[in-house]
Amino acid sequence: MDRERPIRVLIAKPGLDGHDKGAKVVARALKDAGMEVVYIGLRQSSDSTLSTAIEEGVDIIGLSILSGSHVPICRELLERMAQQDIEGIKVVVGGVIPGADVQVLKDLGVSEVFRGGASFDDITQAIRNIVRGESKEEAVPKEGKQG
Amino acid sequence: MKTDSNLKETDTGVKVKLYYTPEDLAEFAYESSLGDPGKYPYTRGIYPTMYRGKLWTMRQYSGFSTSENTNSRFKFLLEQGQTGLSLALDLPTQLGLDSDDPLARDDVGRLGVAIDTLSDMEEMFDGIPLDKISTSFTINSTASIILAMYVATGEKQGVSKEKLRGTIQNDILKEYIARGTWIFPPQPSIRLIGDTIVYCIENIPRFNSVSVSGTHMCEAGASHAQSIAYPFLTAITYINEVLKRGYKIDQIAPLLSFHLIAGGIQFQIFQDVANLRAARQLWARIVKERLGAKQEKSMLLRFSTGAMGSGMTEQQPLNNIARIAYYALAAALAGSRSFNLPCFDEAYGIPTQEAIRTSLRIQQILAYETGVADTVDPLAGSYYVENLTDFFEKEIEKEMEKIESKGGIVACIESGYIQSQLLEQAYEIEKKIQKGEIIKVGVNRFTIDEEQREVEVVKHDPEILTRQIERLNRVKATRDNGKVIECLKDLKKTATEERNIMPCLIDTVKAYATMGEIVGVLKEVYGEAEQPRFI
Repeated sequence: MDRERPIRVLIAKPGLDGHDKGAKVVARALKDAGMEVVYIGLRQSSDSTLSTAIEEGVDIIGLSILSGSHVPICRELLERMAQQDIEGIKVVVGGVIPGADVQVLKDLGVSEVFRGGASFDDITQAIRNIVRGESKEEAVPKEGKQG
Repeated sequence: MKTDSNLKETDTGVKVKLYYTPEDLAEFAYESSLGDPGKYPYTRGIYPTMYRGKLWTMRQYSGFSTSENTNSRFKFLLEQGQTGLSLALDLPTQLGLDSDDPLARDDVGRLGVAIDTLSDMEEMFDGIPLDKISTSFTINSTASIILAMYVATGEKQGVSKEKLRGTIQNDILKEYIARGTWIFPPQPSIRLIGDTIVYCIENIPRFNSVSVSGTHMCEAGASHAQSIAYPFLTAITYINEVLKRGYKIDQIAPLLSFHLIAGGIQFQIFQDVANLRAARQLWARIVKERLGAKQEKSMLLRFSTGAMGSGMTEQQPLNNIARIAYYALAAALAGSRSFNLPCFDEAYGIPTQEAIRTSLRIQQILAYETGVADTVDPLAGSYYVENLTDFFEKEIEKEMEKIESKGGIVACIESGYIQSQLLEQAYEIEKKIQKGEIIKVGVNRFTIDEEQREVEVVKHDPEILTRQIERLNRVKATRDNGKVIECLKDLKKTATEERNIMPCLIDTVKAYATMGEIVGVLKEVYGEAEQPRFI
């Protein structure tokens, strides 16, 4: 087990919306699930999000978006990541996301989208799968201990 | 006593008995504890006739993309029988950014209308005489600027300031706690609020210059008692700011209104009603005994009620129509003056016209078909509700004392204490829902496999940004730029000298200075707030 360090997650609220309960509550839940969480707060641009993500060496970026602007925000972030050759950092999105947009976001390169009904377990499990269990053989065991 | 062993802990943590008896109201005396409606301490309502005299105002939050769209939406709502306009402004406007600001790009016209200059405001109210309507603006850090534009629009329509009616939310402290549209640090922000209150006292007596909000705090995790205690402490902070400028409490208190919770994720019908009744009597006591008001109208807790999206479930969205109806019933039983209900499709995006209309119809059905408005404060005298009302009054006082013992509400916001407290509470509630300890129908009980959980969603038109930037450029090209520079210079001087900026602000908006230009100048003087880190 000690070969595995805890998963490091950056949570940000991009755009101008200030309703951050969802972002903070998910950050708390991921912490309780043994992950290391960096919460960078409101009004984050793609650049500020990416530079902190690199500085902090995170495995995954979680964006919380309620304002409806999820598509342009994600498009810009993923374009920047491609331009800067940032590999190995995944992106997930949560918030008020219409069902029709889920595939749009995934096509842009978002690994997973969590809509209103997602539970902490759903989110934790999905993040573990995305970061650790990319190939099916390596699917995360149920007990999923952290280092 | 015989019922004490049957205490049940409700979802909010408040314990209730199996049933209540006269013993639970041992110290209850009608005249001193309650009194008639319209009599101190106003537990039963702030007016003697309440809904018989005047039904509550039916507002639904609205506002779309551009001033033209909003103008036609407003005309539609007025035709539908809505009696007040409640206006949503987009996030860039709420944060003092012009539509052509790179940070604004994704949010222009998305959650409400974009206001860059007075020209947008003029167009929004074109053909809507400002002396015939009452407008409620959900605006905080830039409230003074929006008020200045409203006054200027009225002036251009030939409506004098004394005839303007409405409300600006103008409640900055809850922005740091729950809503996030702060710009400047707390102290200069409080001073700005003082400026608007004083301007309203002197010039616009029928305008509510501050709507202190508890609903946002509930959304962020506040308990029933905290959702009253924090707004009360906030209101006292604003009042003190104006008192120190030489005004009397009886000049200030009548201009304040509150937006309080009825409904939402922690909704418990009798607790919501009792909490609001308790709030009414406690505020009367605070204003009279602590702040020394002499006039009755100062002691009245004027509040509208609302609940926001957090109580609305994404699963089985039509179930939300039933939830909204119960929220509305609670608001009526509590004697709210104006209801702002959520919409059943709130978990999906900006509410559709159909959902907004349904929420309005819920209010109308309640008002006209159920008899709820026929008699004032129908739950008065209930052993349970009166007992709960006393309970909540004490709880609210306890929460106020807790914050005051930690240096007051501003200090508790600056340190992040309140924010982290609410986060822990919100997290606990969410965990309980996920474990099924708090039942949510359709979410953790009575669920169905929903293949297609889609409702119609309002689409955002990307052309809006282009059109709004064109409008802005047109205004900039046709205004007198020399005049703008002059006005902005004056504004900076006035703000630096800590004089009331309102008259200067009105001149500045009339010169068609933009929101971003005005806020830019104020940032130079006031600085910008920082987010406390507490995770």
